[in-house]
Amino acid sequence: MIEVKNIEKSFGDSKVLKGVSTVFETGKTNLIIGQSGSGKTVLLKTLLGIHTPDSGTIEFDGRIYSELNPDEKRELRTEIGMVFQGSALFDSMTVAENVAFPLKMFTNDNKTKIQERVDFVLERVNLVDAHKKLPSEISGGMQKRVAIARAIVNNPKYLFCDEPNSGLDPNTSTLIDNLIKEITEEYNITTVINTHDMNSVMEIGENIVFLKKGVKAWQGTKEEIFRTDNKDIVKFVYSSNLFKKVREAYLKG
Amino acid sequence: MMLIRYLSQIGRYFLMLKEIFNKQTKWPVMKKLIFKEIDDLIIDSLGIVCFISFFIGGVVAIQTALNLTNPLIPKYLIGFATRQSVILEFAPTFISVIMAGKMGSYITSSIGTMRVTEQIDALEVMGVNSLNYLVFPKIVALLMYPFVIGISMFLGIFGGWLACAYGGFSTSEDFIQGAQMEFIPFHITYAFIKTLIFAMLLATIPSFHGYYMKGGALEVGKASTVSFVWTSVCIILFNYILTQLLLG
Repeated sequence: MIEVKNIEKSFGDSKVLKGVSTVFETGKTNLIIGQSGSGKTVLLKTLLGIHTPDSGTIEFDGRIYSELNPDEKRELRTEIGMVFQGSALFDSMTVAENVAFPLKMFTNDNKTKIQERVDFVLERVNLVDAHKKLPSEISGGMQKRVAIARAIVNNPKYLFCDEPNSGLDPNTSTLIDNLIKEITEEYNITTVINTHDMNSVMEIGENIVFLKKGVKAWQGTKEEIFRTDNKDIVKFVYSSNLFKKVREAYLKG
Repeated sequence: MMLIRYLSQIGRYFLMLKEIFNKQTKWPVMKKLIFKEIDDLIIDSLGIVCFISFFIGGVVAIQTALNLTNPLIPKYLIGFATRQSVILEFAPTFISVIMAGKMGSYITSSIGTMRVTEQIDALEVMGVNSLNYLVFPKIVALLMYPFVIGISMFLGIFGGWLACAYGGFSTSEDFIQGAQMEFIPFHITYAFIKTLIFAMLLATIPSFHGYYMKGGALEVGKASTVSFVWTSVCIILFNYILTQLLLG
């Protein structure tokens, strides 16, 4: 579980996060949604330790991040898996080398054991024939799956995904969503996803945090989104006619 | 305001140097990275260094010969002047400025691209000391840079000898006599001390510009240019300081 308490973050005169407090639960897909510029990415990068908050605390299962020493912080980071928006695969390494990277860096496993684990996770993300390919030789959807494989190869406790389906077609997007949800449940991970994609919200949103101008404006489940009368979230989620009709149909039963 | 910005950048550079040596990457991984950097930075530079050294050595010898018009000046001075120019300045300094362009832009653009594509963030999030992972192998690889400069020295003098002997500017014996005349071994030591310091600058200044760059693909190009300018400026400045300290 990740508990965020009263996080504030400014860049120069611009206050991006204004006292955000929330809980991201273990074994659930926690989604951060909001308009562009609402502070989603800053919140995610603050959770990851890339940005330091001006005030407030972040607790990873009781460990307050700001109170950890540099070694403890690095140790905690080895428990984190991250799927970046652009996948962030290492260009010079093959798919298998990318996935094996965290194992080579942080375990003392021998080559055979590393290879077995790499084969297992690549099979888990449905990528069995891509071992020797370079990231530039595979599609965007496959790159995302490699990024997921790399993020979970070390059995992380926390999985962060920044816009995991940006730039993907609806089919691949659903595949990625389902994969993240399955992995979250299977390994009992605390998963936090930053997304714009309303399909993802409706598919896998078990705990949704809606940010508006740096403030948490709403929090709930995908079922609660249909019933809420919070104007901000209704305006954001149901901006498309399709979703408006879906909501109307849901409310009519 | 500008001065404060420069001072802040210099401070950041030294903080980066400190961080490079913090929390080392596991040796089996680091070993592979070092060999890769030796290949990319040292071996891949040999071709251009050999080509430039050979021909510039030849030009230095021809220019010297053409300027020695007084019949009272002995021809063996061509060999002497070529040796001194090549060992003291041309090989360590001139080649390092060229390498600031070749190696420097490669280092800045490769690290800068990793920054732009969030690969550095990925390393940090995993708990890897990204500065150690990316820059330390380059520093170690460039410890072999004096080897490149040694080759450059040899080929520069060799090119001068060939140009003189076969171009009819002096006899082969005269050139060799000049090249061996009043040789001071400390000049080689001086040249290699300079080379090692330039190697450190070549590894770290372009890395600094790549690592801390912000923006997209266009900024990677800009960062490479800025890195070349600053590496060259630092090489020239350190060349002056070291010459004053070691020979002055």
